[in-house]
Amino acid sequence: MPAGTLYRGREGMWSWVAHRVTGVLIFFFLFVHVLDTSLVRVSPQAYDNVVATYKNPIVNLMEYGLVAAILFHALNGLRVIAVDFWSKGPKYQRQMLWSVVGIWIVLMAGAFYPVLDHTLRTLFGS
Amino acid sequence: MSAETSTPADAVELAGAGTYSPDNPAPVIEPPRTRTKSTPRATRTNFEMYGWLFMRLSGIVLVVLVLGHLLIQLVLDGGVTKIGFAFVAGRWASPFWQMWDLLMLWLAMLHGANGLRTVINDYAERDNTRFWLKMLLYTATVFTVFLGTLVIFTFDPNIQ
Repeated sequence: MPAGTLYRGREGMWSWVAHRVTGVLIFFFLFVHVLDTSLVRVSPQAYDNVVATYKNPIVNLMEYGLVAAILFHALNGLRVIAVDFWSKGPKYQRQMLWSVVGIWIVLMAGAFYPVLDHTLRTLFGS
Repeated sequence: MSAETSTPADAVELAGAGTYSPDNPAPVIEPPRTRTKSTPRATRTNFEMYGWLFMRLSGIVLVVLVLGHLLIQLVLDGGVTKIGFAFVAGRWASPFWQMWDLLMLWLAMLHGANGLRTVINDYAERDNTRFWLKMLLYTATVFTVFLGTLVIFTFDPNIQ
């Protein structure tokens, strides 16, 4: 590869990549989620059966991943709005990204037990 | 004397087009981008700007709607374990939660569809691929939005 052709935009580029990847993942989940919720129109049993899948430990772990993707996309989205509409936004975009990451870690730590409680109980008993 | 020697000094001779002069002007060729009666009034729209604005406005509303939804469904009251037909029936008995879910459905689907439209435009390089991927996206979006809307409005807690 010739020198100088690899674009490495640091925080700005990687937050853009992460925003894109999480956005696409969330959209695909949303599509499936509307379909599974539509089963309430079929019968209570059909709906409860599919919701039982969501209570499976592996799927429960994926829900934690979904929360991770949504929280990042939401917080970084607010940062993008600040970059676009706040006069000092572009100047502080990097500090805002690290604030996003910090708040994300705190919220993810807070969500860990409530979201995965069911799985922890299933796997480790009592 | 030939016919050519009698033409004025400022006449221009074009190959194969005869001789043009002030008395015999060349046909006018319209500039390609001239606006005529058949030109649409606005040849450009601000669609992309409104799309950009929509992403930001819907994004702010979705932060509240979706994070609230996650809090109720996955965090409070035993998280995912409480979810079932009875739980949905209890929530949709209230018009407030029906409207919450309806607004969330529409905004999230349009926000996501516009985001995926951008992604397709960025990465699908062949015209045909881009066109068909977007048709697939729009079909799936319209189907999902209408299915979800129908389910929210026709929900029957006493089904069966």
